[in-house]
Amino acid sequence: MSFLDLKNVTKIYPNGTKAVHETSLSINEGEFMVFVGPSGCGKSTLLRMVAGLEDITEGDINLDGKLMNEVDPSERDVAMVFQNYALYPHMNVYNNLAYGLKNRGIDKETIEQKVNDAAKLLQISDYLQRKPSMLSGGQRQRVAMGRAIVRNPKIFLFDEPLSNLDAKLRIQMRLEIKKLQQKVGVTSIFVTHDQVEAMTLADRLAVINNGIIEQLGTPIEIYDNPKSLFVAGFIGSPQMNFLDGNLKNKTLSAEGFEIKDINSDFEGEVTLGIRPEHLSQSENGLISLRVELVEQLGSDNLVYGQLKNKKDFCYRCPGNQTIEKGSNLSLNIDNNKYYIFDKSTGKRVN
Amino acid sequence: MKIKPLQIIAHIILILGVLLMVVPIWISFASSSHDSVTILTEGMKFHIGDQLARNYNEVLNEKGGWSEEVTAAKMFINSFIMALGIATLKVAISAMSAYALVYYRFKLAVPIFWLIFITLLVPLEVRIFPSYKIVSDLGLTNSYTGLILPLVASATATFFFRQFYKTIPDELLESAKLDGANGWSFFIDFLVPLSKTMIAAMFIFMFVYGYSQYLWPLIMTTAEEYWTVVMGMKIIYTESYEGVALPRTAERFAYIILSMIPPVLVVVFLQKWFIKGLIQTEK
Repeated sequence: MSFLDLKNVTKIYPNGTKAVHETSLSINEGEFMVFVGPSGCGKSTLLRMVAGLEDITEGDINLDGKLMNEVDPSERDVAMVFQNYALYPHMNVYNNLAYGLKNRGIDKETIEQKVNDAAKLLQISDYLQRKPSMLSGGQRQRVAMGRAIVRNPKIFLFDEPLSNLDAKLRIQMRLEIKKLQQKVGVTSIFVTHDQVEAMTLADRLAVINNGIIEQLGTPIEIYDNPKSLFVAGFIGSPQMNFLDGNLKNKTLSAEGFEIKDINSDFEGEVTLGIRPEHLSQSENGLISLRVELVEQLGSDNLVYGQLKNKKDFCYRCPGNQTIEKGSNLSLNIDNNKYYIFDKSTGKRVN
Repeated sequence: MKIKPLQIIAHIILILGVLLMVVPIWISFASSSHDSVTILTEGMKFHIGDQLARNYNEVLNEKGGWSEEVTAAKMFINSFIMALGIATLKVAISAMSAYALVYYRFKLAVPIFWLIFITLLVPLEVRIFPSYKIVSDLGLTNSYTGLILPLVASATATFFFRQFYKTIPDELLESAKLDGANGWSFFIDFLVPLSKTMIAAMFIFMFVYGYSQYLWPLIMTTAEEYWTVVMGMKIIYTESYEGVALPRTAERFAYIILSMIPPVLVVVFLQKWFIKGLIQTEK
C-alpha cells in the first residue's frame, strides 16, 4: 500500500453537482504530485477532501495506512497552503508559525526551536515579530509555507499558492517550493491551473477534467504521449495545433495535405494534433503557413498565421531565424511527431 | 492654507453643535458650585462659585431616600455594577450566539436569527410585567442578578457580530482547523481578537444603555440599597424635607454632574478601539 491512497473517491454536493467522479490514485512517500486542470474541474475539491475540509460522498482515503474518511482535519496531520495564504491577521509571524504547535501541546522551548529553524529555512527570521499586513506578497507566501513546514506534517497540500504573486516572484517561489520539498522530503500535493507550474514542479502529474483524472504520469510522459485531446490541448505552451481530418486505410487526409502509413486501424473523423515546436521549415513541406504575426521571445519565435483554409496555426522556431510578416512558410512535421484523436470521444488513436 | 467659504460654514455649524452639547453641561457644573439660595434667587450661573467642595461632599455622603439610608455614592456603585454586568454579559452572549449562527450551519440558523432580530420590536418596557413576574417568582427582586439578568440579551449586538463574522474568510477557519483549533479555541483565539474593536464599541453602547435604565430598577427594587443613579435623580432631593424646606437645586446639579462621570470614563478609556470599531474592520 502506498503512502496516500484514494479509492473510488467521489464528491457530490448537496445540490446534486458531481464535482469528483470515482477517482483512484496512489501517491508514494516523498512524492510531489500535481493536480492540474482548468478551474472548476474538481482538483481543489479533491485536495480539500484529502485535507478533510470536504466530506467524502463515497470512497476511501487512506493516509499512511490509516483510513481518513471520518478523521477530523485537525487530527489528520496534514498541512495546507491556501491560495490567499489565510495567515492569521492578528498574530505576528512567530505566532502564526507557532499556533499549530501550541495546539498540539508542545512545550515552549521546542516550539521556539522549531519556529526558528523553519524561519531560517525560509529566510523569514527577520520578520518574526511583524504582523502579516506588514509583509509583501512573497514574504506572506513564505510564512504560509513556514506554517506548514514547522508542524512537520505527513503531507503538504498546496491550493494554488502562487496565483496571487506577480510573474517574476511566481517563478522564484516555484523554484523555492521545489527545492524545499526536495530538502524536507515531505509528500506533497500541489493544485494549479497553470500547466507550466505543473510541469516544472511535479514528480507525477494528474491532469483533471470535469472531475475525472484524464491522465496520470510524469510530466514528460504526459507531454510526449497525451492520451486524450483534452490533455494534449492543456499541456504545452503555446497550445497544440488541432486540425480536422479523416482517417481511412491508414491514410490521414487533413486540411490540405495527406499523411500515409499511419500506425492505426481507426477509421473515421479524427483530430490531428501537432505541437508548434514539432515543426520545421523545408521545401515542399506538408503545411503551408501564411505568417500574420511573429512574437519574438528572444530564445524562440512564435509564428502565428493561417493555413490555406484560413485555419489558425502556430509554429515555434529558434529565435535566430528571421521571419517576415506576410511571408509564406512551408513546414514539415518532425519525425512523425503528431497525435491523432478520435473526434467523437477525444481518445488517442495512433 | 486657503480656507474655503464652505469650510467656514461647516466649522460654524460644528462649533454651534459643540456649544449646544457643552453649554448645558457647563451651566450644570457652574451652578453646582453655588449655594442653592443663590441659584433660586439669581438663576443658573455661568461662573464657578465658592461652594463646590461642600456641595459635592454633601451629595456623596448624605444619606437620602425615604428611610434616609442610601447615599449617592452607594447608588453610583449600584449603577456601575448593573451597567458593567449588563454590558459584559450582553457582549459575551451576543458574540457567542452570533458565532453559533454563522459557523454552525444547522438548519434553523436563519429562522432563529430572524426570531432574535424580531425581539428588537419588543423592548423591556413592553414586556415589563411578564418580566417582573418571572423575576419576582424566581425571588430575584432586590438583587443585582434581578437587575441585570432580564437585560442581558441583545439582538442589536448579535446582529453586528453576525455581520462581522460573515466577513471573515472561510480559509481562516479551515486553516485554523488544520492547525488543530477546535470550536472553542477558534472563537477565543481568532474571533475575539479580530473583533476586539467591535467588542469595545458594543461594550460602550451597552454600558450606557445599562447605566441609563430607569423603569426596570424602579420596578425591581424596593430596598434602597439597590437604588440606581437614575432613580436617585428623581427621588433623592425631592421633598426630602417636608414643608418649608428650600429645593436643593445646587446639590442636584452636583448630583447630575457626578452621574455623568462613569459613562464618560468608559468612553474615554475605550475610545481608541471604539472609533476603530465604528469606522473600520481590522483585517
